[in-house]
Amino acid sequence: MLKGKVHKYGANVNTDAIIPARYLNVSEPTELAKHCMEDIDTEFVKRVKPGDIIIAITNFGCGSSREHAPLAIKASGISCIIAKSFARIFFRNAINIGLSLLESAEAPDNIKTGDIVEVNLAAGKIKNLTNGLVFTAKPYPDFMAGIIAANGLIEYTKKRLAAK
Amino acid sequence: MTLIEKILAAHTGQKKVNPGEFINASVDLILANDITAPIAIREFQRFGIEKVFDPKKVVMVADHFAPNKDINAAEQSKIMRDFCSRRGIIHFDVGEMGIEHVLLPEKGLILPGDVVIGADSHTCTYGPLGAFASGMGSTDIAAAMATGDIWLKVPPTIEFVYHGNTGKWVGGKDLILYTIGQIGVDGALYTAMEFTGEAIDALSMDGRFTIANMAIEAGAKAGIFRVDQKTLDYIKPRSKRPYTIYEPDKDAEYARVIEYDVTNLEPQVSLPHSPANTRPVSQVGNIMIDQAVIGSCTNGRLEDLNLAAQVLKDKKVHAKTRCIIIPGSQEVYLDALRKGLIEIFIQAGAAVSTPTCGPCLGGYMGVLAAGERCISTTNRNFVGRMGSPQSEVYLANPAVAAASAVMGRIASPEEVVKN
Repeated sequence: MLKGKVHKYGANVNTDAIIPARYLNVSEPTELAKHCMEDIDTEFVKRVKPGDIIIAITNFGCGSSREHAPLAIKASGISCIIAKSFARIFFRNAINIGLSLLESAEAPDNIKTGDIVEVNLAAGKIKNLTNGLVFTAKPYPDFMAGIIAANGLIEYTKKRLAAK
Repeated sequence: MTLIEKILAAHTGQKKVNPGEFINASVDLILANDITAPIAIREFQRFGIEKVFDPKKVVMVADHFAPNKDINAAEQSKIMRDFCSRRGIIHFDVGEMGIEHVLLPEKGLILPGDVVIGADSHTCTYGPLGAFASGMGSTDIAAAMATGDIWLKVPPTIEFVYHGNTGKWVGGKDLILYTIGQIGVDGALYTAMEFTGEAIDALSMDGRFTIANMAIEAGAKAGIFRVDQKTLDYIKPRSKRPYTIYEPDKDAEYARVIEYDVTNLEPQVSLPHSPANTRPVSQVGNIMIDQAVIGSCTNGRLEDLNLAAQVLKDKKVHAKTRCIIIPGSQEVYLDALRKGLIEIFIQAGAAVSTPTCGPCLGGYMGVLAAGERCISTTNRNFVGRMGSPQSEVYLANPAVAAASAVMGRIASPEEVVKN
């Protein structure tokens, strides 16, 4: 069960906004986290607490394939991102590195910055503790659930390699 | 099956694949660059194995911050260089490198029917070769380097049909900016875009690469073209291995078919801060610019430099504007030099650089200060993309960028080049 304070963003948040390319000359997650969201929200890194949750509208993480983007978000302490839709490369990257994402058509419109949200990942349940509303996330396809259960693509692939 | 479905089916050993189905496809080429490779290498090392599945099917290119812009960038390039040299992986370093998506097709590394994955979102550029090519992240590349395959969800295909003939200053860049303006930055999310019609048939390979390059800017997984005589002429002197040409079935099922008549289309400009914020150049208004950038994986090929040279010949870059021209590869650079284009650029007062992604992502070689504006032939105009979060990027074709460099404001080539 995850529980955290909400940081809400709009539609089409791109990877340059999540981590500007001028910081891509390093790849350490903790270094990247220092600049997370810097160009669209200079206060994010000061405000964010471990366990917090990002809410966004559509196409979150569009743009570049930089895995630095989900790495920066994860290392900043964010436990989960909930949006109506995600850009496809960002979606893969997040699942691969074990950052939780949930797709919900209704939740983003009914959760605002500062709300406290509780997430049951296994059941796909999203509860806004501030207004009491409950939402169900779109379930993961079985295939992706396998990667999530293995705690990311590397561990999943290790098992595949061992089975060969 | 559509073209994409046929290629993917052939790489799974299945007779048929359907949109939405999860598959494991074998890969013909895996790509990473100086920004994405270090993370892929770090993740690969977690497997505890030494060898990649096939070193001749893995390519790494130092292009984003190379020639290295600072010490950290140099460390990243070094990690990649050492990893490649120990394992015999194909590696293009300074001196022979180019921008990866200009370079790899030139080198004949991608051929019709291939499945290509790259740790770079613009990997979709290779579609004009009749290949499935898709961008993903470093961890995906790490796993594929170990296994030689990749998990994919088969995308539905949207066919984009372009009718009519385009005008002199209208090319691939304008068709794709117009399309993204129509459908939005998530208009093709999770789909494959297939580009057809007489305006596509009339385009050169360079123009087609520009279109495929920006499929990701509409959210697509891949952009693809059918192989024709121009494709075959392009790959003939370059290919060093056999390949398979796939055609869509007559009864192929498309998720949608979208048709445009582009006969009267003007050159297009995408205003800050979205590639979908597109207008005809005549409706942009009086926008003064501080810089013009001509190059990148979108528009750094010979045809692009030719167009810029047609505009800049016997002209001068405006006194208050910097013009930076970056050939996409050493081959493009040398061809441009031999044709006299580089001399035209330097005489006009433009700076010409060795190939690099450089300013496109705000790395170096033309980073913007707060309040500055740039017209650029690159692919993204997000907040802070080319430097300060208070700067602005306008996307356009090379002729518009060159004309704007001369006028010091966003301008149509017709204002500069009189018949």
